Amino acid sequence: MAKELWKGNEAVAEAAIKAGCRFFFGYPITPQNEIPEYMAMKMPQIDGCFLQAESEVAAINMVYGAAGAGARVMTSSSSPGISLKQEGITYIAGAELPCVIVNMVRGGPGLGSIQPAQSDYFQACKGGGHGDYRLIVLAPASVQEAVDLVQEAFDIADQYRNPVMILGDGMMGQMMEPVEFKEVKKRSLPEKTWATVGTKGKRKPNVVNSLYIDAADCHNHNVDLFKKYAEIEKNEVRVDTYNVENAEIVFVAYGTTARIVKNAINSLAKEGIKAGLIRPVTLWPYPYKAIEEAAEKASVKAFMSVEMSMGQMVEDVKLGANGKKPVYFYGKAGGAFPTPKGIAEEAKKILGGAK
Amino acid sequence: MAVVFEKTRGLAEKPFHYCPGCTHGIIHRLVAESLDELNLIDDAIGVAPVGCAVFAYDYFNCDMQEAAHGRAPATATGIKRVHPKSAVFTYQGDGDLASIGAAEIVHAAMRGEKITTIFVNNAIYGMTGGQMAPTTLVGQKATTAPYGRDENHAGMPLRISEMLATIPKAVFVERVSVHDVKHIIQAKKAIKKAFQTQMEGKGFSLVEVVSTCPTNWGKTPIEALKWLQENMIPYYPLGNFRNTEEVK
Repeated sequence: MAKELWKGNEAVAEAAIKAGCRFFFGYPITPQNEIPEYMAMKMPQIDGCFLQAESEVAAINMVYGAAGAGARVMTSSSSPGISLKQEGITYIAGAELPCVIVNMVRGGPGLGSIQPAQSDYFQACKGGGHGDYRLIVLAPASVQEAVDLVQEAFDIADQYRNPVMILGDGMMGQMMEPVEFKEVKKRSLPEKTWATVGTKGKRKPNVVNSLYIDAADCHNHNVDLFKKYAEIEKNEVRVDTYNVENAEIVFVAYGTTARIVKNAINSLAKEGIKAGLIRPVTLWPYPYKAIEEAAEKASVKAFMSVEMSMGQMVEDVKLGANGKKPVYFYGKAGGAFPTPKGIAEEAKKILGGAK
Repeated sequence: MAVVFEKTRGLAEKPFHYCPGCTHGIIHRLVAESLDELNLIDDAIGVAPVGCAVFAYDYFNCDMQEAAHGRAPATATGIKRVHPKSAVFTYQGDGDLASIGAAEIVHAAMRGEKITTIFVNNAIYGMTGGQMAPTTLVGQKATTAPYGRDENHAGMPLRISEMLATIPKAVFVERVSVHDVKHIIQAKKAIKKAFQTQMEGKGFSLVEVVSTCPTNWGKTPIEALKWLQENMIPYYPLGNFRNTEEVK
């Protein structure tokens, strides 16, 4: 198939449909409105269901119901809306239901701004809702990668019976890029024998539930969840690297910010400064090992986490570097973004001045 | 020997955990019998609330989902949209439905969601230990209204059936009670009618069941039934508020 020009949000919606998603529940919020709008247009044409919920809270609980009923289901929102969805997300994680949640992040806190940001790293990766649970968090850096990851996200969710979050940002949602809808490799998936589809009088009732009233049972449920999370950590870590070999400074950045960092790396190279990039594609599970391996290289003098936030992922970079090399942070928040020039200048400061 | 009465197939084997004198047990039985008698139980999918009926998922002999507090109508919406031919129901108390879940029930009714809600109103939060609900009567004592509900401070109790009956797509709305045999029979008729309305695809249906909470009302089961008749029913009059026959 030839490449076509697609807007990020619409491409994400089309990718979900191509992955077999036939149920979408959402609520309007900028900058992700083209996702529900696309779904509202397309779903009736393909015998699917788009429903505009009365709130993000209702939308995520509709997702819970549909996922529990065995369907491929998605919702999308942006930061303040994701805060509202966190209640449902912890229930979905607790009841081990598969679904895909898209977050086109905007500036915060509070109503914040409607411009792109990466300040939802904590609420995506560090337990946005209550209890011990994990989301699988995928961070595409281009519209093409978003399309590929969204399609795979449904399989990942089904394989592990776990919610998957696509963590984009307003830039990703709003920009247009060439896209090719490729046939994504299908995983072999277990049957949804647990889903509530009616007993047909042939089996005992299925119950979709996150309540374990006895403390020992609840503890054991948590232990089981963490066995699953360990399996995901073993199998699903994804990371992209650029010029890390012989780099003096290694940037760590994800999503659209990683592309800005690449420009900074290229301009530093012109000045004879060797810089590289580690780009986590999965934010959870996090590629700690890639950071650790870079930290052990003699050439690497320092890390710099570059984010559209006041510094959230930098904590994981520090965990990965584990004190072996210093970790610095550079970022802009609230809808502002770092420039290649700003990043390069900060890098030079860290390396002890311009060469 | 002829069988004159047996436990309905609509109920599972698990004994109820409810307090002595609580009417949840009767209401569970009526819902289960209705689903069985209408041949809906094998395809039915129910949604349990947060509150005293939280374990309803263990009692009904059909597939069940446990929802977050107040969100049962949203959860049921997701289920029904996936399985439009199944009987989908929510079973909710007054804290769950009339307080934290007020938005979800109103909008499920507004959309004419083809689900049936069994709304059990005992004018108090039972599971958490007797706090004031939106349905607590004026003057009625609760742990968070120790001097009795003051209408100038906490407002007037919410009449859910009357409110929902103003919504065009809420096509069957009836308030019933289960304080004696006559009323139990009437309640079952209403519950069956609600499920039939759903299966005919006409819209949203709700049966409000005025109920007791002897434990948190501080009364014996018999006193509680008497108090219900003397105090609850005057403020929450029984009867049908919307009926499909009126719906064009």
